[in-house]
Amino acid sequence: MMDESLRELYQEVILDHSRHPRHFGVLADANHVGEGHNPLCGDRVKVYVHVGDGDRIDDISFEGKGCAISQASASMMTDLVKGRSIAEAEKLMGGFLHLVKGEDASAIGADDREHLDVMAGVQAFPMRVKCATLAWHTMKSALEGGNPAKSE
Amino acid sequence: MTAQPKTIKAAAFDPVAARADFPILSREVYGKPLVYLDNAASAQKPRQVLDAMTQFATSEYANVHRGVHFLSAAATGRYEAARETVRKFLNAAHEDEIVFTKGGTEAVNLVASSYLAPRIEAGDEIVLSVMEHHSNIVPWHFLRERHGAVLKWVDVGDDGSLDAEAVAAAIGPKTKMVALTHMSNVLGTVSPLHEIISNAHARGIPVLVDGCQGAVHEFADVQDLNVDFYVITGHKLYGPTGIGALYGKRVLLKGMRPYNGGGEMIREVTRDLVTYADPPMRFEAGTPPIIESVGLAAAIDYLSSFDREAAAAHERRMLARATAALEDLNWVKIIGTAPGKGAILSFETEGIHAHDLATILDREGVAVRAGHHCAQPLMERFGVASTTRASFALYNTLDEVDVLIAALHKARKILG
Repeated sequence: MMDESLRELYQEVILDHSRHPRHFGVLADANHVGEGHNPLCGDRVKVYVHVGDGDRIDDISFEGKGCAISQASASMMTDLVKGRSIAEAEKLMGGFLHLVKGEDASAIGADDREHLDVMAGVQAFPMRVKCATLAWHTMKSALEGGNPAKSE
Repeated sequence: MTAQPKTIKAAAFDPVAARADFPILSREVYGKPLVYLDNAASAQKPRQVLDAMTQFATSEYANVHRGVHFLSAAATGRYEAARETVRKFLNAAHEDEIVFTKGGTEAVNLVASSYLAPRIEAGDEIVLSVMEHHSNIVPWHFLRERHGAVLKWVDVGDDGSLDAEAVAAAIGPKTKMVALTHMSNVLGTVSPLHEIISNAHARGIPVLVDGCQGAVHEFADVQDLNVDFYVITGHKLYGPTGIGALYGKRVLLKGMRPYNGGGEMIREVTRDLVTYADPPMRFEAGTPPIIESVGLAAAIDYLSSFDREAAAAHERRMLARATAALEDLNWVKIIGTAPGKGAILSFETEGIHAHDLATILDREGVAVRAGHHCAQPLMERFGVASTTRASFALYNTLDEVDVLIAALHKARKILG
């Protein structure tokens, strides 16, 4: 019998994202690149962003090796922020950081919430929150000019 | 008449009896019996250690080497008795060769700062193996950054073994120090110390050995090894955190400048000058870990109460069982298979990240380490970002090995 919280954490959607990550690889025309590092496990992630007119994220990709949680989180993030403005992406990030810590995540709109709810299982695993947030911090550092991000 | 029978030693080691001494091992996590296999990170403490510390703190505690009152004398006696216990454990020739530190890390920093820093010039070399823990790397990096020292890395073989010849070959005319682990905290590899040390001494080079794992699971005899510096930590030795010890040859310690400045390490302080106490006090500035010293002594007494050969054999039996089980799994790759290795098992799992694996094992009650184990140069050597590590102590059992293996299969089912 599988632990209920484990079932929450490793839902099929998450495993699917981690096995077949979306937007994986180098983005040739990126004009923002960020590098993230989780010193706890040694995992590294690189996020490429092309920001176009009106501060819009026209395209985004990531590469790196990591656990299922970090890979799925990065994959879902790229799905969700592509086509949005930087301000919208940052607002979503703020909500996401609350969501995985089990805090008030009302900053996330209903549609986004439907996609991101699968990540809420992380809140039962405090040691794994950094895995879930690494890609988001890295995207933020890319948008801010590319200082290395740490998942803290 | 035939020769007198030898003193009969306990023929075997009984891990189940030993377990009963460790209160924490009877607890559950997530409703499952705790299977604690993170001993290379820190070992659990037996009741004998906890009781000794409580007894001391409740009946004999005061600061040491200061007061003339009853308790101060009693506490000083216990503190110095602990030093004698460490001396005996390491078979050092003299008590004043044992310096109490905060832990293994501080002991290495002390040698780097007080012994080597004043003796090193730009371009001088320090020889290290790639399997060192960060605590035996970063203090030497300080000398690279601040004094222009050069770190010379000795590789290990693909099985994780360290070749004494390779260490000797790395020693050159500019080498000032060789710093090596006794036993790798990732691979379990045991270094061929006798050969390495005699080779280094033939070239006039001192050797520091990190014994944080080796003193627990192997045997450390500093005179037999003829090692110059040997480092231990309390908390991996079934003792408390916050205390470790540095063994240094008397002649070397005497020639070393102080490390921290403060009380207890001086002979005389005036407005214009200060003179320093002899070792070991010279290196023990400030109030030392007094209660912890009593705990460390109790831990050493506890470990020494067993037939240590039999306890080590028990650890190797668990390693052999776990190794055989993992070798049967085509999705698991063991990192570190050197002959004679200690009971530490690091492995990669195909398609499963170490952190995901450790999370699932945790929910089965199995505590393992996942990550780089504070040995990033070694991770780089084997081309991995992280591994999962199960490390065994004398209180683990063969049944617990089976729980680990069953939990691995479960993780594979969930994630594979």
